[in-house]
Amino acid sequence: MSAMNLALPALSGRFIHVWRRNRLVWRKLAIPSILGNLADPMLYMLGLGYGLGAMLPEVGGMSYIAFLAAGTVCSSTMMSASFEAMYSGFSRMHVQRTWDAILNAPITLDDVVLGEAVWAASKSLLSGMAVLLVAWALGLVASPLALLVVPLVFLTGLAFAGLGLIMTALSPSYDFFMYYFTLFITPMMLVCGVFFPVEQLPAWLQGFSQLLPLTHAVSVARPLMNGAVPPQIALHLSVLALYAVIGFYLALVLTRRRLQK
Amino acid sequence: MSGTPNMQQLRVSGLRKSYDEREVVAGIDIEVRGGECYGLLGPNGAGKTTTLKLCLGLSEPDSGEITMLGLPVPARAREARARVGIVPQVDNLDPDFTVRENLLVYGRYFGLSRAEIDARIPDLLEFAGLAARAESRIQALSGGMKRRLTLARALVNDPDLIFLDEPTTGLDPQARHLIWSRLRQLLNQGKTIFLTTHFMDEAERLCHRLAIMDHGRIIAEGAPRALIERHIEPQVVEVYGEGAERWAAEFGARAAERCERTGETLFCC
Repeated sequence: MSAMNLALPALSGRFIHVWRRNRLVWRKLAIPSILGNLADPMLYMLGLGYGLGAMLPEVGGMSYIAFLAAGTVCSSTMMSASFEAMYSGFSRMHVQRTWDAILNAPITLDDVVLGEAVWAASKSLLSGMAVLLVAWALGLVASPLALLVVPLVFLTGLAFAGLGLIMTALSPSYDFFMYYFTLFITPMMLVCGVFFPVEQLPAWLQGFSQLLPLTHAVSVARPLMNGAVPPQIALHLSVLALYAVIGFYLALVLTRRRLQK
Repeated sequence: MSGTPNMQQLRVSGLRKSYDEREVVAGIDIEVRGGECYGLLGPNGAGKTTTLKLCLGLSEPDSGEITMLGLPVPARAREARARVGIVPQVDNLDPDFTVRENLLVYGRYFGLSRAEIDARIPDLLEFAGLAARAESRIQALSGGMKRRLTLARALVNDPDLIFLDEPTTGLDPQARHLIWSRLRQLLNQGKTIFLTTHFMDEAERLCHRLAIMDHGRIIAEGAPRALIERHIEPQVVEVYGEGAERWAAEFGARAAERCERTGETLFCC
């Protein structure tokens, strides 16, 4: 691992060119993409929310569907950012060699990886906001504090984009991503408070869940959507920011090692 | 500044690069002057593409110095790439975009405005012979068209120094000739070209000077004619076909001063 690979990221506004390129592609496929991002979380939010919700008393101090809506805003953000950073990022990096083409211009890998991270976060913003809108339309959002969920979603998207880009840098093929989904994403869906309160878990698992980024996103989103300022909001946002920054740095180092030997 | 005839566009000295204990570039020196076409000729695996990547700052050398357009590489490679055009060996056009959109998006990486790029696109399409295909998807283009588009794309920032990595590999004869004529056009405009190739006809036809590279070393350098005069006899008989080996054993070895065999072909001088 050379010194050049470990160098701190040189951030610059040039990342926007990479972002704009991805957006231009997205605009051509926008409708199917929006539908795809929306349909999945919507279906299980409504299905589980109304289905289970009818059978359950209050969960976490609110109706189950309201409880689930907050969790779903975060989980759909996580899925969207992860998919974009991994499957789409890998397609661009390895299959289409788009990053190689961009690097032939006066753009550095730092710019490319930052552009990809911000793009994945942008896509996930659409996803999270869409679920938030549906929740609001169903009357599940109690206060204007919920507007702060929008920047929260972007920060969460950045965190998962960074982690996803680490996988992209390491991956030999699309199949490799299944490890990440099976061993990291899916467990997080279950232990981070999306479907049921973290307090339901055994104590040791509760402690472990505090290390995971999704837990912190949910811990901020749920109170906000319910009209309360989250306790320990600074801690939660710091954890997400840390994942975003360290994730991005590691992704950049590993991508340099892969592409610029 | 750049493009001044005889001004040094690219300078490489003592360049070395190893991958896993294997020395791929084993100490080479190159100097490319303004307005010339400089070629790196060698078989596959000689280290040509690696040399190119090192010159562009896309890979870190183990030792040696590189200066491109007066700027040190890799320290200021990114800045230098702003005034350089690159045609890679493998096409990496955007499959999601049309011909025109590929040029537009690429121009943006150089910080050009939409208006500036739109002003250049007609000439670029004309140069590539793709004026009628501006709205075509990349998948609809032939190999030769894609290569011409890649060449036009490399010119979007109006560079004075252009790098081409095996520009006609994989193209049919007509497509090759079209590319050569375009490169000739660029040289006539005073641009400098650095190309790698394994085709001797291409090197001889296009290059003012060339370096022959093998196993990471430059083993000969000079103008094509001068290299031929220096290293090869005036007459060479090429013998191939059924019984060529038997002929060599029975006659060739005795009748010729020097007999070299490559595969099923014999070169006798």
